[in-house]
Amino acid sequence: MLIQIILVIGVIAVGIFFTRPTGSDSHLALRRLFLGAFVIVAILSIIFPTWLTWFANLIGVGRGADLLLYALVLAFLVFVSTTYRRNVQVNRRITRLARQITLATAAIDNVEASDDSTRPSPKTDGS
Amino acid sequence: MTPPEPRANSRVGTGDTWVVIPLFNEKSVIETVIHDLHQEFTKIVCIDDGSSDGSGDVARRAGAKVLRHPVNLGQGASLQTGFEYVLTQPNARYVVTFDADGQHRVEDAVSMVALARSEDLAIVFGSRFLDKRTRPGVLKRIILKTAVWVTNMTTGLRLTDAHNGLRVIRTDALSKIALVQDRMAHATEIVLKLGRTKLPWREYPVELLYTDYSKAKGQSVLNSINILVDLIVR
Repeated sequence: MLIQIILVIGVIAVGIFFTRPTGSDSHLALRRLFLGAFVIVAILSIIFPTWLTWFANLIGVGRGADLLLYALVLAFLVFVSTTYRRNVQVNRRITRLARQITLATAAIDNVEASDDSTRPSPKTDGS
Repeated sequence: MTPPEPRANSRVGTGDTWVVIPLFNEKSVIETVIHDLHQEFTKIVCIDDGSSDGSGDVARRAGAKVLRHPVNLGQGASLQTGFEYVLTQPNARYVVTFDADGQHRVEDAVSMVALARSEDLAIVFGSRFLDKRTRPGVLKRIILKTAVWVTNMTTGLRLTDAHNGLRVIRTDALSKIALVQDRMAHATEIVLKLGRTKLPWREYPVELLYTDYSKAKGQSVLNSINILVDLIVR
């Protein structure tokens, strides 16, 4: 069946997409193309309700609704993978940010500590 | 409180060696760990990874330099913070990574630094599988050996132990790596990135003290799945 081939290829593509190192610009472009295609298909299937079933039959699926379900499963997989990856990147950014805060605080502490040790305390220093 | 006075400069851990300890909720043991380390090492930095039990204050009172993450980031992130801190310190030459839960022996750390100095090594990995002193349980052994296998597959190095927190790294190697794995997968990542530096490395047999405490805090079987996924999905 054609649909089985399409679905298996789709799932594998998502899997590869998932493990590949990110090139975020091309990812963004792909996401936008995907969304654009989705909009066109949605409009088509609203205007010509029989079109979806015709297309489904063409690739070996009984009903248009079934095809819709399969497409949704794939779309969900893509969503999970992109969300996961974005999450990882956001976390890395947070880590770098938090690390800078930590190191800056430590640097300030060190400067203060060396000030305290090189300079006698103000009370004994004064009159 | 100030750290105990250095004994003599015959110690290997003086001056240019920093001990880096990632610290997360280890209040009950961290004081002993730091105290024991102070017998040999003067410069100890703990990275308090957003502990909620006041571990950082305990470590500070015990005489360690404490850096505090504002939020919990994970052990890998803590190590990287420690590394970056040490790299800003003048005269720093060696870093010893040491676990906060007291499962490493200070003697092993000392010998490893001495080995790095005498053999001019950039990296010394501690390994619990080079001799028979350490006896992990069967399940733990299977998990660790699997981790070793995965590490060797991905890094091209031939190690006998993967997730051992005791390592000695020279600063020239340190400055060439940046850990981005925040959680436990950093143990494999650090081997991978240190391996890529092509600097001389060696393994050194160490003993791990499996106390009830460290057993209770040890990694679960399920966590090894997390490590695997973290490494595959980039």
